[in-house]
Amino acid sequence: MNIHEWQAKELLAAHGVAIPRGGLPADAVEASAIAESFGGRAVVKAQIHAGGRGKGGGVKLAENPAEAAAWFDRMMGMTLVTPQTGPKGRVVRAVYLSEAVAIDRELYLSLLVDRGSSRVALLASTEGGMEIEQVAAEAPQKLFRLAIDPATGIGPHHARDVAAALGFHGEVFRQFQVFLLNVYNLFIKNDCSLVEINPLVVTKSGELLALDAKISLDDNAMARHPELAIYRDPHEESPEEVEASRYGLNFIKLDGTIGCMVNGAGLAMATMDIIKLCGGEPANFLDVGGGASEEAVKNAFGIILRDRAVKAVLVNIFGGIVRCDLVARGIIKAAREMDIHVPVVVRLEGTNADEGRHLLAESGLDLRVAEDLGAAARIVVASIA
Amino acid sequence: MSVLVGHHTRLIVQGITGREGLFHAKGCRDYGTQVVGGVSPDRGGSEVEGFPIFDTVHEAREKAGANASMIFVPPLGAADAILESLEAGIELIVCITEGIPVLDMVRVKRVLMDYPLSRLIGPNCPGIITPGQAKIGIMPGRIHRPGPIGVVSRSGTLTYEAVGQLTALGIGQSTCIGIGGDPISGTSFVDALVLFQEDPGTQGIVLIGEIGGSAEEDAAAFIRAHVTKPVVAFIAGQTAPPGRRMGHAGAIISGGKGTAAEKVEVLRLAGATLVENPAEMGQAMARCVPG
Repeated sequence: MNIHEWQAKELLAAHGVAIPRGGLPADAVEASAIAESFGGRAVVKAQIHAGGRGKGGGVKLAENPAEAAAWFDRMMGMTLVTPQTGPKGRVVRAVYLSEAVAIDRELYLSLLVDRGSSRVALLASTEGGMEIEQVAAEAPQKLFRLAIDPATGIGPHHARDVAAALGFHGEVFRQFQVFLLNVYNLFIKNDCSLVEINPLVVTKSGELLALDAKISLDDNAMARHPELAIYRDPHEESPEEVEASRYGLNFIKLDGTIGCMVNGAGLAMATMDIIKLCGGEPANFLDVGGGASEEAVKNAFGIILRDRAVKAVLVNIFGGIVRCDLVARGIIKAAREMDIHVPVVVRLEGTNADEGRHLLAESGLDLRVAEDLGAAARIVVASIA
Repeated sequence: MSVLVGHHTRLIVQGITGREGLFHAKGCRDYGTQVVGGVSPDRGGSEVEGFPIFDTVHEAREKAGANASMIFVPPLGAADAILESLEAGIELIVCITEGIPVLDMVRVKRVLMDYPLSRLIGPNCPGIITPGQAKIGIMPGRIHRPGPIGVVSRSGTLTYEAVGQLTALGIGQSTCIGIGGDPISGTSFVDALVLFQEDPGTQGIVLIGEIGGSAEEDAAAFIRAHVTKPVVAFIAGQTAPPGRRMGHAGAIISGGKGTAAEKVEVLRLAGATLVENPAEMGQAMARCVPG
């Protein structure tokens, strides 16, 4: 789960990590007052779950409180398009004000779970403000990496190594030792999958601050952090995907015309692939999961058919735990209760597959039953040709 | 011949008193696996459906001679269950549980280094089966048949698909290993390839990968250097959009890394036979191994 910058800053501050003064105004009057409290100047920042906000006009420097209020009004409710939002952009529902600081140096620091080493990895670079993928591609020698042993956690020697790579000395080095330890503790304590501070700045007065921050939390660990649940922003999630997850379905909308209902993520991806290979385009990824009940199958049809672009549906079930006869009953129920106006191709294999096929054949419904995966894909693509 | 599981396997089930744990304990027993009991805290001394219940894995190992464990413990307790089995000296630990916090697995993976005699398969996996001998997991036993092909996969039902195709063509399997769809897992493709390469009963290998991470790239490097047996590979997710998580926690393309195209290319260069169409995994293997 991704969280907003203002939430990330709140977490950082709560763990003793230095951030610039900031505030989340409810209206323009409050925005003006917050800027006033900073001494007049403020950076006004639109809060959406996407990077590149500056490029889309979502980050502005206000020279005085009146400008801060004006920028607040301008940003609130606007649709912000950045290189990471896609062409539709995101509606801005919160605007954060941050104290404008005089910057001496901009750096990069992140912690993330690295599957290669199976450890928490630290990345640091002197190229603050740049996207780290770009640094890795263009100047890999400027990217400092460190895998942290979970048995020991982070220690002073790590801080010395990173400080040397970033060129920290004297007072800034002393600040950094505490800074790094606190960021690591935040990461572990809250089950983060990413904490990215970009840029990490040294101000002209020699202060080390997290100027911008992105934090992702591990969805699998949310159950042991109930206090973090308030950070979820449903506006940043697709309504169909939220609905699907309520039914125990895993759904992702795509741009094609062939709706897919499959059990298992790998088989679902393979089904999308074979549709494409046969000349079609999948309209979605949908994994009905291990406990595909009649009800789940019916709900899945509902979600797939709501997409007006869908011209045909392919159901591909390889029953292990999932019983094909139950899936067949779900399909029949859905077909009887809903207006299914497009061709439906069904491939059932595995546990109770014969029984499932028999039920479909006897139902009198206009369903096309396919023998195997290859045939299923060919038939469904041909049905809309 | 086979790897890791067989007639010698003496299995316990951690979390046997849960609905799924019990269902699949019976499934494994019905397939022919020696299931010597289950572990459920505070239920020790009782019996469920003919399975003796122990309070701890230690006790199950001492009293029932368990050498393998299948874990169905819920996500937040699963890492602890794995560690319990490791400390009790269980040699093969198969964790079926899905949704374990990734930092828990970071710690487990570190502890595994201290137990070179134990192996973890999973988590978030269908398990492992040696057809005709024993299974530890949730896969449908009927679709398998004994034979010479090793199967290793990050996905569950897609593995069934491959096995189903092989069996339909009359080609049996030595052992099928589902290594799981999580970003951090106990057994990698390379680990499985080592076992299959060394196993005299395995004549060919089907490798089923998917987008995300670099496990397939590591597999390709190992195949190029060490594998002399034919490898047929399929990579799922050729059509998946970047930045979206496709069901498995690991199946995500980020920053231009982990794409299907890259994985297909390195595996092809390593000498594997790449299958573009998932309906043709069985046929491709049939062409590689003599009748």
